[in-house]
Amino acid sequence: MSEFLAMGGYAFYVWGSYGVAAIAIVVEIVSVRARRRAAARLAAATRPEQPK
Amino acid sequence: MKARHRRFAWIAAGVAVLGVAVALVLNAFQSNLVFFFTPTQVAQKEAPQGRPFRIGGLVEDGSVKRIPNSVEVTFVVTDTAQRVPVVYSGLLPDLFKEGKGVVAQGSLGPDGTFRATEVLAKHDENYMPPEAAAAVEQAHKGKGMSVSTLKESQ
Amino acid sequence: MSLYRYSSPAAFYPLAGMMAPWFAGAALLCTVAGLWIGFGIAPTDFQQGEAYRIIFIHVPSAWMSMFVYLVMGFWSVLALSFNTRLSAMMAQALAPTGAIMTFVALWTGALWGRPTWGTYWAWDARMTSELILLFLYFGVMALRSAIDDPRRADRACAVLTIVGSVNIPIIYFSVQWWNTLHQGASVSLTAAPKMASIMLLGMLVMSFAAWFYAIAVVLWRVQAIILERERGAAWVAELPKLRSAVA
Repeated sequence: MSEFLAMGGYAFYVWGSYGVAAIAIVVEIVSVRARRRAAARLAAATRPEQPK
Repeated sequence: MKARHRRFAWIAAGVAVLGVAVALVLNAFQSNLVFFFTPTQVAQKEAPQGRPFRIGGLVEDGSVKRIPNSVEVTFVVTDTAQRVPVVYSGLLPDLFKEGKGVVAQGSLGPDGTFRATEVLAKHDENYMPPEAAAAVEQAHKGKGMSVSTLKESQ
Repeated sequence: MSLYRYSSPAAFYPLAGMMAPWFAGAALLCTVAGLWIGFGIAPTDFQQGEAYRIIFIHVPSAWMSMFVYLVMGFWSVLALSFNTRLSAMMAQALAPTGAIMTFVALWTGALWGRPTWGTYWAWDARMTSELILLFLYFGVMALRSAIDDPRRADRACAVLTIVGSVNIPIIYFSVQWWNTLHQGASVSLTAAPKMASIMLLGMLVMSFAAWFYAIAVVLWRVQAIILERERGAAWVAELPKLRSAVA
């Protein structure tokens, strides 16, 4: 297991790549879902235009 | 012709004009976009004179010599047509190997020796397990290795 | 023409909400399978040792960084020529995901370049043009937030996106047109892949993961954008979820 984690001495580069990519994906998902919730709240609070 | 069709035609024309402009600009700047020069270009004096540039090619087999008790190393960069001797002191990248691609930054001395300040390895686009690489090596023996890292066109 | 029905935000909103979780699930499955192939099955590389395993994230994100831009350009052309709101919203929703893909491609490329080439960064044509792509994404997003009127912002962003699309073939062909530090393509439509097949399989599965992920997250974002821009429309007030949020 520790041999796997060592990545033949390239652990910093390999895990640094995958780690930052994972963080970027999590940040994007969380921020998109938060934006959707905020947009829904805003839309719910907006009085609809009456059809003319 | 409807308005939206006219708009579409304008966009198409705009993209076409822009494409031509970029092609011209790229053509004009072609010489500045070159990341490295090959030993043949150096021999034909196409490389910049009197200022640092990069040289790229293969590390000639059997040419790497480390000076004892120092980090100085000498090797020969070749594109199989021309060869340029290089002297460098510093750490070499892991993939620096004889017969493999290399890009060195530095300047050409009056004696024709390239004094490198930075040496980068340029690996090829082949990926395979070591056993497969050994089999390919066997198959190539006697025929001479192909120079896959160099551009045929250069 | 039933497809045209979905060109209205009102019809597309529920469709996007229905599709996104499926794409997210497919992305998760492909990621697990791709990482398992890439780290569990694929052998060590003969030149680079274990460092080559960065390929399973670097190439998919680099492909997506270019592909997302092309899709953004496609929607921009539609938005400009037919003046459709949903096309502009799709283009708007794609930009942040494209920027993230570009960032990941640059980041993983730097961390891959250091142990193999010996440097994190070089101003060669491939890397410079990919960096320009990141700035193009940032530029489109900045232009969007700089213009208050959404319809004017749509047109300005569409023009910038279309102009910037000349960069995509430059990125792709840079390794053929110029001497670069970056090696040529291992996988292309015109030549046999220069990779062992199990390595290639891992890379392709991870590429599908990146596709599905991008589709899912863009569908969610376009839902948010539709709600932001269509709020006040009668159909938005009719949405069952919003009604329950008010109640």
